[in-house]
Amino acid sequence: MSSRDAILGALRQRLDRDADGGKGAEAVAERLSAHRHNLIPQRGQRDRAGRIDLFEDYAAGADATVARVASAGDVPAAVADFLKRHNLPANLVRAPDAELDAIPWDSQPTLTLEARKAEEPDAVSVTAAFGAVAETGTLVTVSGDDNPTTLNFLPENHIVVLWADRISGDYEAQWSALRARYGDGALPRTVTLVTGPSRSADIEQTLQLGAHGPRRLHIVIVDERPEP
Amino acid sequence: MTALSPARFKEQAAAALKDAPLQRALGNMRVGFIEKRRKAAEKLPEFEDLRDQGVAIKNHTLAHLDLYLEAWEKKVVEGGGHVHWARDAEEARQIVLGICRSAEARTVTKGKSMIGEEMHLNPFLEANGIEPVETDLGEYIIQLRHETPSHIIAPAIHVNKEQVADAFREHHTGLPPDRPLDEGPDLLAEARTQLRDRFIAADVGITGANFLVAETGSSIIVTNEGNGDLTQTLPRVHIVLASLEKVVPTLEDATTLMRLLARSATGQEMSVYTTVSTGPRRDGDPDGPEEYHVVLLDNGRSALYGTEFQEVFRCIRCGACLNHCPVYGAIGGHAYGTVYPGPIGKVLSPALMGIDKAGALPNASSFCGRCEEVCPMRIPLPKLMRHWREAEFSGKHNPAPVRWGLGLWAWAVRRPALYRFGARFAIAGMAFLGRKRGHLRSLPLAGGWTAHRNLPAPQGGVFHDLWRKQRKRR
Amino acid sequence: MLAPPTASAAESPTVALFVTCLVDLFRPSVGFAAAKLLEQSGCRVEVPSAQACCGQPGYNSGDRRSAQAIAKGVIAAFEGYDYVVAPSGSCGGMIAKHYPELFADDPAWRPRAEALAAKTHELLAFLVDVRGMTAIESRLEAVCTYHDSCSSLREMKVQAQPRRLLQSVEGLALRELDTPEVCCGFGGAFCVKYPDISNAMVADKTADITATGADTVLAGDLGCLMNIAGKLSREGSAIRAWHVAEVLAGVEAPPIAQTGALEPAR
Repeated sequence: MSSRDAILGALRQRLDRDADGGKGAEAVAERLSAHRHNLIPQRGQRDRAGRIDLFEDYAAGADATVARVASAGDVPAAVADFLKRHNLPANLVRAPDAELDAIPWDSQPTLTLEARKAEEPDAVSVTAAFGAVAETGTLVTVSGDDNPTTLNFLPENHIVVLWADRISGDYEAQWSALRARYGDGALPRTVTLVTGPSRSADIEQTLQLGAHGPRRLHIVIVDERPEP
Repeated sequence: MTALSPARFKEQAAAALKDAPLQRALGNMRVGFIEKRRKAAEKLPEFEDLRDQGVAIKNHTLAHLDLYLEAWEKKVVEGGGHVHWARDAEEARQIVLGICRSAEARTVTKGKSMIGEEMHLNPFLEANGIEPVETDLGEYIIQLRHETPSHIIAPAIHVNKEQVADAFREHHTGLPPDRPLDEGPDLLAEARTQLRDRFIAADVGITGANFLVAETGSSIIVTNEGNGDLTQTLPRVHIVLASLEKVVPTLEDATTLMRLLARSATGQEMSVYTTVSTGPRRDGDPDGPEEYHVVLLDNGRSALYGTEFQEVFRCIRCGACLNHCPVYGAIGGHAYGTVYPGPIGKVLSPALMGIDKAGALPNASSFCGRCEEVCPMRIPLPKLMRHWREAEFSGKHNPAPVRWGLGLWAWAVRRPALYRFGARFAIAGMAFLGRKRGHLRSLPLAGGWTAHRNLPAPQGGVFHDLWRKQRKRR
Repeated sequence: MLAPPTASAAESPTVALFVTCLVDLFRPSVGFAAAKLLEQSGCRVEVPSAQACCGQPGYNSGDRRSAQAIAKGVIAAFEGYDYVVAPSGSCGGMIAKHYPELFADDPAWRPRAEALAAKTHELLAFLVDVRGMTAIESRLEAVCTYHDSCSSLREMKVQAQPRRLLQSVEGLALRELDTPEVCCGFGGAFCVKYPDISNAMVADKTADITATGADTVLAGDLGCLMNIAGKLSREGSAIRAWHVAEVLAGVEAPPIAQTGALEPAR
């Protein structure tokens, strides 16, 4: 008998599966397809402006920095500002994301951007978030040809462009949006929920930022998303 | 150093109590985690209701575990991943070795995995010529120190920063020996640099899984450092180690548990990185692993389904029971001599190792109930420890004098008149001995008490006698 | 001063006092104090003589059959009264929470265990929650701190009740511990089976008590109190320990593990 059959057989016997007359299988199939919401905390259930404020509060509470700009045209200046503040180099690596393509990077002539995955020793990356969750100040990032995962983790400084209309109150709205984009039961290779920059408290329970991932996470919230 | 074992729990605990650096390290823990969890729970008015829902989700899933595992496996395979079922640790080790061999792996990076600890994977890989590199900072530190984790979410909680510096100086050869390593940031920066090269060089990345999602065939890891993500993104092969009970039905169900996990563990709203991984890299993906494997370990668990111990599988490994346990707080994790320390370990270890080997653990509790009070999954840990004590007693695994003593006691207290007759003499004697000071400094057969504290002297007379006298006078 | 009786307390129910074995043998003054408080709250008090122990030591040692046998004796002796009250969250919790569990699979005894459980209370919770007591006439010059015993706190939900009544004791000031909810390390047989760990726990507790600057420590369970007072005494501390019922009823006996003066050592 294979180990698979042995383990599943033991479970079936102990859980009395044969006696349930197919009821268990029905319940499981129903639950898997229904995507029922469990209790959603009230905290994120606000209007658009309230969600943006809440997101900013919680992201800042998790040690991210947040800049708010009106339109895509303001993003390069916000990025340049961040770099200057932390004395960072102006050559960036960015996601080959269509919405980032549409940003007028040339408006800041000092910036140079390469669209590719991250490699050592890239210092600063720019990515576009799939969405965000106001409830906890959490970004939702997805992997794909337009958003390599390594950009989220290798460079010490991570800048994320977030379109304000993609900030939902709760996680459940993000799962629905992912199902709408990728299909029921399907997901990209990775969906990463990011709440603040990397950290560790493994040495004497003292919190330090920048353990293996970015030391700084800077979020640029753009009020108006350009039409594709 | 002899290997730690639950059979020597008492000696190991006594040694831990005398270990000054350990006691200093535990002092940090006892304030931090508890206060942070309390604040996080208070900040979310629905926290208690979420706990109830979390319990319901897990109970439903565990009751249908065979079906959810099959549904999950189907989705993994559809997505191009591989599922390997392992009955025990040896089978799981061989599976991992086989995957590493076919990938011609020389080094393997590892994210934190308690299943990896349960498998004793690192020494096995080393013996087979494959170098495992732990990448969680705490795990890395203890790997350098040739230790096992002493806490399920803070594996190096027993280590002080001077000891970290010593380990780094010993192992990071090639760096100036007189470099400053006094402060946390020095240590973190050095570990980051050292490990960055290891991440990039690794052939295989091994992570654990906080959850498996049946709906999508995904595995979810939760970390603060980002080490798990680098571990599973950079090498060509990603292996996930998981136990049966990690599966949950849907993303929504996983979300409810995530709302509880970090708050219970570290008091964070969310851990920094929660990554849902589904299969290998897709066509066109510029990064990510080409192979995705999940090794699913039973290791004695399936035999506990349908018993009172099934409840322990609700555990989401937040560590709150350890953080709030006064026994863990006094002795730390190594004294337990098992992979899982603390209250959850006292229930899980006898299941994984046998009550004859781990019997000391469920007994070493004052039943204060604080673990159950903070467990987000409301696992009745004291009740389950008591069930293990019952299993030990009925299996006659405990020492004969304990059994005789209990037998004599039970016989006596069922005969209150006789019991009180005997008690009158004992109490009169003790009251006489303690009459001058109000207490006794020692008493035959009471060394367990009087070694550390005085025994308050009885006031003299038995309440029942005095009460009847007083009522007659009325 | 006794509070006006609540609606349900207009009659005078009969309370069976579950004395507990430790009070019976070591500190009868707690039993008398409990009886006095129950009478002040308008109850008639009886002490069934067919009681010794609730069975918890056997239950917690894995000897379920002995615990069941003992529990049957307690159920038979106590089920005829309106209420069962124990000056202990631990023994009260055994009857109220664990007896039903002990007989979960016993159709004959389970209803009897559940019926008894439903009318069993810890003393302070009974006085305040059931009898509506809000204040008490008593006096003690003391700066007190209060240790919440684990069973009282977690099984019997006793936390505000003793503090509320203590506030009305003339001359008494209350200072909270840093961690009033942490176990003192008693745990029944635990303290003698694992003396080193228990000692570390009680040493933490006495350090917390001492740091408050209080001259008196109170609690609602004699087991914890003997542990704490025994440790304080071994440390040479003059801090006095009493069961909270003794203070509420008016102190008549020297502090636990001490002799002589009822006044604090200055």
